[in-house]
Amino acid sequence: MGAQLKNTRRRKKRTFSEWIKSRDGQKVLVMVAFMIVPLVLLAVFTYIPFGEMVNFSFYNMKYIGARKFVGLKNYAKVFSRDDCFGALKLSLYYMGGSVVQLSLALYLATLLSFKVKGGNLFKGFMFFPFLINGIAIGFIFKFFYTRGFVFDTVLQWCGFQLDNLPYWLKDRSINNISLVGTSVWRYFGQNMVLFIGAIMSVDSELYEAAMLDGANKFQQFKYIILPSIKTIFVLNVILSISGSLSAFEPPYVITDGANGTGTYFVVMHEIAHTQQKVGLASAMAVVLLGIIFIVTIFQKLFFKYVFKDSTQ
Amino acid sequence: MTALEKTGKYILIFLKYFSLVFFSFVALLPVVSCVITAFKTDAEYQNTNVMTLPESWFNFGNFVDAFNKAGMGRAFLNSTIILVCVLLFSTIIGTQLAYVLDRFKFFGNTLIRNLFLFASMLPGVAMQISVYEIMYKLHFINSLPGYIVMMCGTDVIAIYIYIQFFENIDISLDESAIVDGASYFTIFYKILFPLLKPAIVTACILKGVGTYNEYYCANLYLQDKTRLATVATSLYTFVGPLGSKYNLICAGVIISLLPALIVFITCQKQIYSGLTAGAVKG
Repeated sequence: MGAQLKNTRRRKKRTFSEWIKSRDGQKVLVMVAFMIVPLVLLAVFTYIPFGEMVNFSFYNMKYIGARKFVGLKNYAKVFSRDDCFGALKLSLYYMGGSVVQLSLALYLATLLSFKVKGGNLFKGFMFFPFLINGIAIGFIFKFFYTRGFVFDTVLQWCGFQLDNLPYWLKDRSINNISLVGTSVWRYFGQNMVLFIGAIMSVDSELYEAAMLDGANKFQQFKYIILPSIKTIFVLNVILSISGSLSAFEPPYVITDGANGTGTYFVVMHEIAHTQQKVGLASAMAVVLLGIIFIVTIFQKLFFKYVFKDSTQ
Repeated sequence: MTALEKTGKYILIFLKYFSLVFFSFVALLPVVSCVITAFKTDAEYQNTNVMTLPESWFNFGNFVDAFNKAGMGRAFLNSTIILVCVLLFSTIIGTQLAYVLDRFKFFGNTLIRNLFLFASMLPGVAMQISVYEIMYKLHFINSLPGYIVMMCGTDVIAIYIYIQFFENIDISLDESAIVDGASYFTIFYKILFPLLKPAIVTACILKGVGTYNEYYCANLYLQDKTRLATVATSLYTFVGPLGSKYNLICAGVIISLLPALIVFITCQKQIYSGLTAGAVKG
């Protein structure tokens, strides 16, 4: 009994160096050692800037120099200047584009998930645009859409007259659609690969059983393929709506936002880094993040509700 | 099978291949037209239609010219340095983090996972407004190491790929090593890390392509375009006075996408599986 008491007393009085050598100590040590760097990076490059951004949005400031607290004035400006909040209207084009993109990807993924000669080659061709860097895409499409160049030539092969064709990047009635086209071009193959992956994860016995039961291709699509890609499809719809609200690359690299193609983020980039109105740009960012947040929550609830109904 | 059914079947097969060929054509046309133009001499470029094939497929003059004018030698060196460092550091910190998150139950585990997930949903362009100020305070602007540190940051897809992989490694492997008296460091580096190889390859290919193609932050933070250009930002040379010499520009563009093309041809499977793994979990 005396020894036991002595033993517990010693455990309580264990020195730090003893503790660090024990299993528990080792565990804590390895956790700290392995997590400290990623967590510091996460804090420094995401959460501290996030806090700073909210803070900046209440000031009239540049990156360097004096700052003046202006309260909610920046937010008022976001909603009153027509080049700010009005730019969100352009997101509708990008949403339209993502509908086209997702349906096209789904269609092609379905085709490729059945036996196709040269299937991998087709898949590779359509996926490759995803791997091209943004600036190269900018040049490729400036070239592609230039008057009398690639796109016009191909249309002339199909019997169109050059005089009847618009200036794809200048004409305000069509240039946003041209830009959305480049975004669809870039991402439909990637979406397709995601869908193929989800379809392939279905047990192939299911298809064989369906074939034996006499199900045709359309029924296979409806009852096997569609349910299997539900998760990834919903995820892509959610991503594409927030992606449309924050559309940035096509106008940034191709038109630089000229001729009415400046999306919300292109305007914000210009205000932040060219005009250096950091406070206003921060307010724009906070407003859009808020919108994306709300939209995402609504979508999640919506899909939860809809799919609950359809599976019952 | 009746004749009508047979024709119907053939029409469907025709439609299937027609769609695939048509959309492959759409995907390739912009790039192929660039390749065609890149092989044209100045005179040819000015006098022929863009879709006319070049006289010679061995006219590499534009490629040499573009490579020199855009300082792509330096750019490839910088991109290689960035790539090697980013892949090395992000693999180490990513696998270590995934190990702790998968193998240890502790207060805050879920919170940390969610913090990374939420961070990945914030649009990068918006975040850079205030990250810029932090980079400025850290003297990370116009600094290659600074840019590398920033790029090593959070990469949720890689973490998910690693966590998924750890879930499939039997925990009894760890336990028997503990019984044998191995420390956690030994378990991780001697036993688990080698097993992770396929996941590391997949994650590195994805991260590598992303890092190689990254241009927005590179443009923002590596402002000294002669000394610190990456392959992607070196293409900015062609904005301005050279902006209409498309035979030169196309050559530059083609050079810049060659590495991605080579990686794609050699590692197609890993790229596809990596994307799928990352997306389903995320």
